[in-house]
Amino acid sequence: MSQLPAAAETTAAPRRPESHRPADPTTVRKLEVAPDTTPVPDNTLVRIETRRLTALFGSTVAVREVSLFFPANTVTAIIGPSGCGKSTFLRCLNRMHELSNGGWTTGSVLLDGEDIYGSGLDPVTVRRRIGMVFQRPTPFPTMSIYDNVAAGLRVQDRRSHTQLDDVVEQALRQAALWEEVKDRLNTSAIALSGGQQQRLCIARAVAPRPEVLLLDEPTASLDPSGTQRIEELCHELKRQYTIVIVTHNMQQAARVSDYTAFFYMGDLIEIGRTSQMFTRPAKEQTEAYLTGRFG
Amino acid sequence: MVRRHTRNIGDPAYRWILTGLALLLPLLLLAVGSQLAISAAPALKKFGFGFLLSTTWDPVAEVYGAAPMIFGTIVSSLLGLIIAVPLALGVAIFLTEFAPRWLRQPVGFLVELLAAVPSVVYGLWGVFVLIPLLRTIAVPPLRALLGWTPFFKGVFYGNSMLAAGVILAIMIVPYIAAVSREVLQAVPATQREAALGLGATRWEAVWSAVLPYGRAGIIGAIMLGFGRALGETMAVTLVIGNRHDLGASLLAPAYTMAAAIANEFSEATTQMYLSALFAVGLVLFIITITINAMARLLVWRVARGAAVGSKAL
Amino acid sequence: MSARALRRRAKSVAMTGVVAGLAILAVLPLLLIFADLLHKGATSIDWNFFVKSPVPAGESGGGVANAIVGTGIIVALACLAGIPVGVGTGLYLAEYGGGRLGWLVRFVADVMNGTPSIVVGISAWTWLVRPAGHFSAIAGGAALAILMVPMLARTTEEMVRLVPNSLREAALALGYPRWRTSLAVVARTALAGIVTGALVAVARIAGETAPLLFTALGNLNFSTTVTEPMQTLSLQIYVYATGPFEEWHRLAWASALVLMGMVLVLSIAARWATRSRHAAG
Repeated sequence: MSQLPAAAETTAAPRRPESHRPADPTTVRKLEVAPDTTPVPDNTLVRIETRRLTALFGSTVAVREVSLFFPANTVTAIIGPSGCGKSTFLRCLNRMHELSNGGWTTGSVLLDGEDIYGSGLDPVTVRRRIGMVFQRPTPFPTMSIYDNVAAGLRVQDRRSHTQLDDVVEQALRQAALWEEVKDRLNTSAIALSGGQQQRLCIARAVAPRPEVLLLDEPTASLDPSGTQRIEELCHELKRQYTIVIVTHNMQQAARVSDYTAFFYMGDLIEIGRTSQMFTRPAKEQTEAYLTGRFG
Repeated sequence: MVRRHTRNIGDPAYRWILTGLALLLPLLLLAVGSQLAISAAPALKKFGFGFLLSTTWDPVAEVYGAAPMIFGTIVSSLLGLIIAVPLALGVAIFLTEFAPRWLRQPVGFLVELLAAVPSVVYGLWGVFVLIPLLRTIAVPPLRALLGWTPFFKGVFYGNSMLAAGVILAIMIVPYIAAVSREVLQAVPATQREAALGLGATRWEAVWSAVLPYGRAGIIGAIMLGFGRALGETMAVTLVIGNRHDLGASLLAPAYTMAAAIANEFSEATTQMYLSALFAVGLVLFIITITINAMARLLVWRVARGAAVGSKAL
Repeated sequence: MSARALRRRAKSVAMTGVVAGLAILAVLPLLLIFADLLHKGATSIDWNFFVKSPVPAGESGGGVANAIVGTGIIVALACLAGIPVGVGTGLYLAEYGGGRLGWLVRFVADVMNGTPSIVVGISAWTWLVRPAGHFSAIAGGAALAILMVPMLARTTEEMVRLVPNSLREAALALGYPRWRTSLAVVARTALAGIVTGALVAVARIAGETAPLLFTALGNLNFSTTVTEPMQTLSLQIYVYATGPFEEWHRLAWASALVLMGMVLVLSIAARWATRSRHAAG
């Protein structure tokens, strides 16, 4: 690990350059994988993948050399005890990690075959292709429901008012919020309940049509009914998006995801089909965590 | 498609603009200081250190000594401080420790309003209400009790060091109170609770646990009030008498640096006269900057860089 | 309860009373001043007072229209320069102010907040009046702007810092560049607080006299020309209070009442701006 980056955000990510072969995103991918990476059938499109991704805070390693595939239109859950690096890993996928104090990365993250950490790439444009929903609902308090959903669109390009109306409606439908708010789109977003606010954040994240949706413990601050609605949403949303969800709730991972990755102390311990992971995990550590022996 | 090599000029431009605006402040301070020094140079060169010690201020003979003004500034401010500190601390302690919740907002608002009253309005009130009040109610008993001391000798015509001290006290109470209040609120609740848990009465908890913890900040607040008093102009010049006299009696007229500049600046007909007034301004500037800097460092130690007392400023 | 405990209890109650008494004493002058302003000033206020300018000494029926308008103009001039620089500095301190320059700017702002306004006045005289050869409202506005900037910088910084970091992150994750996050999301959320700070600063400079003595100077006639001397309510009060005529003293009280009314309205508006925010949030 060479020099440490400045705390301020720069256009290029602070890192050692990695050589990589540019890949054609549409070809069928032959997997030359180590046993730790996602077991996918041969004819699956991989939307986003990491290659030996390492994330650090200053000189402290938070995530160590993780290589993972996220196949298109699937939900992958990332589980692990507190402090295992799962949120840090997630934030590397849309270049949010470098905004943290002293945060920097090595390795690559390929979005449709293109390394988002490539030199000369503006992280702002990267983040527009990837949507993120956080633990606590964060609607913009001074904006209406409509403006919140449209926020991600307005920052990207100018669209006509009618076009915007359609996109907003569609996003709200996708987030299962349309029926509840269609009559009060111009009212304040913070007047909504916690669960509604979180669905609003989901609508806001999907409105710009990102390719990947990152969910960082999205139901952590919601009550059970709110949690249930969002989990149902995941099943709907994966038809259009590729979803990576970090959760500290194993049962949620079991309910919601197709694949599950288990992280421990910054390392990826195991990745596999959810059904398999929860019944016959390959690694002993995974089994220990899943059966509640620690964490 | 990810756009390669997109130049994001927005971010660096924004930062540059904001940094440029922010730099104006230190530059401004430097500009004021150096301008004062340059304009004051002729007088300082002519009179040297004697400027600060001489009591003769004679524009006709072109002899200028600022000792009475400096003396008056310090004494009137100290007097104001002596009166204001118990009142301000009383308000601060009352609002943070003893006042019932419903009383805090209104009383706090009243204290903030004290800071909002313009200086000239205080001066007006001082001339037509306070001075007659002093003359009838305060001075006779003071004279009777303490007339044997040098501080209360002589005839009381109204405009005096005493009047200036009282009006300054009223004016700086809100500043000391606002900063003290924030300092006291920054004291962790565990301090008070630990004392109460050990069986202290409410007053004992405040006196022995809360106040000592906030001591540095409160001293800083007092110094801030002192700094304010040093620079007060309009209220002082209306009630202090504006006389270049250096005396011990609080009942006699006196002068402060700020009042002198306000009064004589437009009458300064010669270069040297003007320069002397600028020199007075420079001395005032240096004194207030020093006191304010020390006060801020003390207050930051407790409140850790927060914009303390900004509502009252 | 032992005698000793009783004594301690009594002392606590007594000290509570002392502290309450001191608090009352501290606030008393304000109530006295308000009472005097109303009592001595209200009777002189009529329609003429607001629309006429001062008349020669000895005559009656004058007003302070020139002063009211002058106050408005000079304060507006001050805001023109003071608000952008002050709010911009505050934004700088909140967004980029973690390093050494930030510490310096913060320190200077706090120190300048305590600088005597008369000193700022004579500096403005040196820069804007002496070279021009005449007094002007612009010079007065500049002096007031210099007073405004450090105030606004600190209150703006404080308000912007209150915005939770999660909002900033949400905007950045949507692909907002940093400058747009700062303006369209963070500053916009803190807007009510920033406006409050601006109103408080305006209330404070509207009452200033010392920095205007040698910049705007004052003008007994009605004038809206910014390159000429201009009157403000504060200057008017000073002139009337130090004059020899009883009539002038009455007018001084009336002017003071009007000025205090303006300051009161601004102070209440400032509090109202943040109160409604809390109600909605």
